[in-house]
Amino acid sequence: MFGRATYLVLMAACLLVTLPLELVLKAGVYRRPRRWLAAVVPVFLVFALWDWVAVRRGHWTYSPRWTTGIELLGLPLEELVFFVVVPTCALLTYQAVVRLMPARDRRGAPR
Amino acid sequence: MTGEYTLAAACGVIAAVLLELLVLRTGLFRDPRYWVALAIIACFQLLVNGVLTCPPIVSYDPTQILGPRIACAPVEDLGFGFAMVTTTIALWRRTASTRGGGP
Repeated sequence: MFGRATYLVLMAACLLVTLPLELVLKAGVYRRPRRWLAAVVPVFLVFALWDWVAVRRGHWTYSPRWTTGIELLGLPLEELVFFVVVPTCALLTYQAVVRLMPARDRRGAPR
Repeated sequence: MTGEYTLAAACGVIAAVLLELLVLRTGLFRDPRYWVALAIIACFQLLVNGVLTCPPIVSYDPTQILGPRIACAPVEDLGFGFAMVTTTIALWRRTASTRGGGP
């Protein structure tokens, strides 16, 4: 594997794998940075807080073997990256589906 | 005994559903595109969960979870992921409808 960079490499892989959704399928997530921020920032704050509490309550722990050990705001750097990368990948997937499946109204006619 | 993560994950799922139904109201759960996207995301979530929890990069306190695991990860993670992904997509749709920008 990638030693202490493993978790970060996984996050980079997520971004790499979903990049064609933006570039080929024209998901339009990275091209709408304000709308992207409006969706991702609140989710980042709430779930980073969840993570922060969960770590302090002992719900889960991080292996020093596969993580950099860098901490920001009391959380591993990797976790903060996770809460940006995963919602972003979810938006890219959703937008790719939107591009491929035309919306239909309640009568079933294309909108 | 029910662990704290079990309770937190259940609350997260309920909170995400209520946020969409009562506050954001984007019609997310009536849109088949959301469910298709969710199914695809769930497959990749299992993959990422596997990489995070099989080595393990992240370890769970067995007293905080129910016990059943999928791809090494506790089932609670599916609730955590659902809450995060659903809220993100709902906020994304909400921004479109308030600004009239379309999907």
